[in-house]
Amino acid sequence: MSDQLSRLALSDEGFVFNPQTGDSFQVSETGIVVIRLLKEGRSDEEIAARLTDLYEVSLEEAQHDCADFRARLKQFELA
Amino acid sequence: MKQTYQKPVINKHRSGLMNKFGWSPVYARKIRTEIDGVPIDRLVEQFGSPLFVYSERAARRKYRRMFNAFSTRYPNVVFGWSYKTNYLQAICALMHQEGALAEVVSAMEYDKARALGVPGERIIFNGPHKSLPVLERAVAEGATVNIDHLDEIVDLELVARKLGRPVTVGLRLNLDAGIYPQWSRFGFNLESGQALAAVKRLAFGKLLRLNGLHCHLGTFILDPQAYARQVQKMVAFGYEVEQAFGFAIEQLDVGGGLPSQIRLKGTYLPPDVAVPEVDEYAEAIAQALSHALRPGDHPRLIIESGRGIIDEAGWLISTIIGAKRLADGTRAYVADAGINLLFTSFWYKFNVELDRQVGGIDETSVIYGPLCMNIDVTDEGIPLPPLKRGHRLIFSPVGAYNNTQWLQFIEYRPNVVLVTETGEVELIREAEDLSDILRRERLPRRLALKPAGATPGEGS
Repeated sequence: MSDQLSRLALSDEGFVFNPQTGDSFQVSETGIVVIRLLKEGRSDEEIAARLTDLYEVSLEEAQHDCADFRARLKQFELA
Repeated sequence: MKQTYQKPVINKHRSGLMNKFGWSPVYARKIRTEIDGVPIDRLVEQFGSPLFVYSERAARRKYRRMFNAFSTRYPNVVFGWSYKTNYLQAICALMHQEGALAEVVSAMEYDKARALGVPGERIIFNGPHKSLPVLERAVAEGATVNIDHLDEIVDLELVARKLGRPVTVGLRLNLDAGIYPQWSRFGFNLESGQALAAVKRLAFGKLLRLNGLHCHLGTFILDPQAYARQVQKMVAFGYEVEQAFGFAIEQLDVGGGLPSQIRLKGTYLPPDVAVPEVDEYAEAIAQALSHALRPGDHPRLIIESGRGIIDEAGWLISTIIGAKRLADGTRAYVADAGINLLFTSFWYKFNVELDRQVGGIDETSVIYGPLCMNIDVTDEGIPLPPLKRGHRLIFSPVGAYNNTQWLQFIEYRPNVVLVTETGEVELIREAEDLSDILRRERLPRRLALKPAGATPGEGS
């Protein structure tokens, strides 16, 4: 887990704040779930599996979306 | 119990202008589940995707609305259906049923109108390229021919000699009505004296009789007063010609150019603000005619309507075939329809609707078509919820110019259907297959590929 990710402040309503840069983000409900799991140090495989436990989604789609979401976090220099 | 899934999305908040105009993803999202009462799912199940869908009800309603606007203000009006806007036979037939003449601009369009059963005397023949054979046919069949250039005068005189009788013709003008850019490539310029010189030449030959004037200002004209200025100049020129050469002008064809309800790229205002009502155009033209014409003089007014009638009666259903993330982080979708089917996407910022409610946060997205071309983009900045393969996008308005300017480039052109006024769905153009592509090709025998396994030199 990156330092940036560990410092992020999350709200259940989808507001994410990066105290280091002052940037803020709007994140969907599932995005909050993914960030919390990343903060716990879970792997992509574990996160995708967890999403399939919680939501009506196939493992294939969850894996695809996790990879895409992680790429976005990287782009925002959060992961 | 598991919850409904929405894809994970993260958007960075930006300070400044963009955040000022927040939108509600739920209310701003546009959903279309049916066209004229026919479910999108059923249409795609039966006819595939992509699919052009026309509404007969919308087309007829728009025609009547526009015709009423003009005919209630001027006593002698006829519409000419602009074939180049949409020459699907079913659409043309529908317009002819409503009373429109055929307005054609090439030999192909002339042939198409005749093949549909339109008599020659109900055809207006414009356009810069009219070969001698088609001119002969058009004149013999009684079509109204509007002359584009001096060489056409010579050609028509040849036709008159061949027929052994004078030929009645129209003259195409271009003029300054305050529209920029001014279209000057068609017909004869009024202000420079070209038009008067053309009439002089025509009178000198004694084989042609001028009875009509034509002028098309341009396309997507948003200023109704431009038509008023056009009409005033045409009427004044008509009277000048009558006095100088004795030609009585019996018809004034003001062309087309009336817009549809769509936002053009690069414009700020939405179409319901920027695009005037058809009544404003009709009022401007009728007022100008009543001021310019002599009392009791009512030459036939021809409106070559196209886009203004059919554009909003057409939709294109397309399907998402892939989602991707571009290098700069932009969300992108690949759809099965692109600029190959939506030629007007070069100018239009389409109304794009989803076929279902999709949860999640909107991301500014790009929609690509199926072509291996970088320019195959139908929208490059549209807020969309996270979509996946199989979701459908419905583009509108697409009724004008797309089924005439569509490209047969690496893809087959799809089915086109018409939803009738009673809700039936009729196939009006069958999807292409390989036979359509190969039918006109000829493969020289010497280039024929050898059957697999044959050694070089074998076979004939």
